[in-house]
Amino acid sequence: MSTSTLNINELEQVYDHLAKGITAAGNEKEALFLTKLALLLANQVGNGDQVVASIDEALKNL
Amino acid sequence: MHFPDSSPRASLYYNYQIFPFRRPPELNGESVQHKVVIVGAGPVGLVTALDLARYGIPSVLVEADVQVSQGSRAIVFTRRSMEILQQVGVADRMMEKALPWRCGNSIYRGERVFRMEAPYDEDDRYQPMNNLQQQYLEEYLVDQAEAEPLVDLRWGTKVTAITNRADGVALTVDTPEGEYQLHSDWLVASDGARSAVRGMMGLRMEGDSYTGSFVIADIKIDIDLPTERLAFFDPDWNPGNTILMHKEPEGIWRLDYQLPVGETPEEALQPESLHKRIQAQLDMIGVTAEWEMDWCSVYSARAMTLPDYVNDRVLFTGDAAHMLPIFGVRGANTGWQDCHNMAWKLAFKIKGWAPDHLLPSYSQERVVAAWEIIDEASKSTRFMTPPDRGFRLLRDATLSLSLTQPFVRPLFHWRTSRAHDYVESVLNCNRDDNARCTAGPANGSPLQNIKLGENDYLFDHLGASIYLFYFSDQAELPQSLLLLKEAVARSGVPFEIVQICRQALQVTGHMLIQDADGHMHERYGAEEGTTYLIRPDQHVAARWKQQDNGDVLTALKQLISLA
Repeated sequence: MSTSTLNINELEQVYDHLAKGITAAGNEKEALFLTKLALLLANQVGNGDQVVASIDEALKNL
Repeated sequence: MHFPDSSPRASLYYNYQIFPFRRPPELNGESVQHKVVIVGAGPVGLVTALDLARYGIPSVLVEADVQVSQGSRAIVFTRRSMEILQQVGVADRMMEKALPWRCGNSIYRGERVFRMEAPYDEDDRYQPMNNLQQQYLEEYLVDQAEAEPLVDLRWGTKVTAITNRADGVALTVDTPEGEYQLHSDWLVASDGARSAVRGMMGLRMEGDSYTGSFVIADIKIDIDLPTERLAFFDPDWNPGNTILMHKEPEGIWRLDYQLPVGETPEEALQPESLHKRIQAQLDMIGVTAEWEMDWCSVYSARAMTLPDYVNDRVLFTGDAAHMLPIFGVRGANTGWQDCHNMAWKLAFKIKGWAPDHLLPSYSQERVVAAWEIIDEASKSTRFMTPPDRGFRLLRDATLSLSLTQPFVRPLFHWRTSRAHDYVESVLNCNRDDNARCTAGPANGSPLQNIKLGENDYLFDHLGASIYLFYFSDQAELPQSLLLLKEAVARSGVPFEIVQICRQALQVTGHMLIQDADGHMHERYGAEEGTTYLIRPDQHVAARWKQQDNGDVLTALKQLISLA
């Protein structure tokens, strides 16, 4: 779908921080945490269609 | 025999009056063929009867009860509603008592995360919202109806059977003095969400029977807060749910809250449960005043409508025609738009002035409006009461973000009843300049009120008539308009020409509005010769940058049948 816009160092930084964030949120709050994150990132992307396409992409191969 | 409860209902602030059953001519063996029978003397039935009377149409208004509404029920009335109530003569009395307001607040974890001010236009006579208990409103409408010789208000009269025929309707009604038959050319069903007429006719509604239930409670309490809407999200005492508070006259506050999952209405209305929850809400907002319960009820939210509001000789209006979600003050406010749309069309039909498409256009316009309302209300509903885990997570994420992230706050936007624009109406002229106009009310939209002077507004001057607004500084109307006016006058249809001029003129034979500063010209995008054709319900039917008489006649023939 998308081409990479993050270099490997940035991607690994996000990977680690997101993992720690999910753990820090805890079992009960991880879904709420990820939903908040998705809304924040959507606002930064600034393109509704692109966010909708990413939501559909993330639903694949679950 | 029907014996309505004739002991005055209990209330901490309202003195219920019992309206006695009066023996009608039918019970003395007289046979009467009525023009219109209206079932249900609630806010919508009463306005329908008064609206029809403005066109000289008599009606019989039957009501099973012998007193006005139990409890406050509808409390918030919109600007458009006030404009309609002004037409039937009760707006002044309402505004003496009502609490006007325009701001709403959304509160989460003790912080106000969103505040919205409903727009108030300097040209509007009425504020966006006005709070008054339904009993007072009904009392004013009943007084108006009792003073109107064309309205025959029959209390204690319950409809038990109905036969709908192509040429009229036969009703069986039960009363404290026995049954009788009511014969009418037309029947209007305004008997509410549990409409007996709808049930007896076996008509099915379409849409979602959404099952969320809410407690509505009125308490007498002194709270020093302005008249604004307060919405509390996810409070500790009722996790995940929403609580609404509204101020009413007479020191009454309305609280609405959703029932916790799995709780029945009976459980929710247990006095201990009510008391504990209301006290928890008051504790949360730091109110320590004593309070007393006046009235409470449980409301189930639904989003359904009949597919057609005209069934041969039976017309449905208000909640009898549709059931709408609680959020957004959509009950009475929608019902009045329905019946104000219907009344002139039914009157014109009875008078023989209506083209064949006129009465069906009531159903067409208002069913579209009902679906628009259902669509808008479902957006509010999914935020206030999320229907599943996904919506719940998004709502909770939005609440959490709202404390620090302004970009999510517009999601709190609360949609309220609004006047509908009949954009696709068959009554709209399609040979006019509507598409080329960039300012002013469009075809199908309600008129914009105009402040003409101190305590003097455009709508004050409008009545039960078709209007032609003609913007011109010429002392004489064009000959073609005068001929048109004469032709319409011969047909008997109420029709008035209103000239709006920027100069001081003396005219005879038509209404003149002095628009010295050109303000109304500006609001209506008008230049010399601009013309609007206005329906009797104050919606625009056609408009021209420069009037062209041939087209005015064409547009007028969409509204009336002219020889």
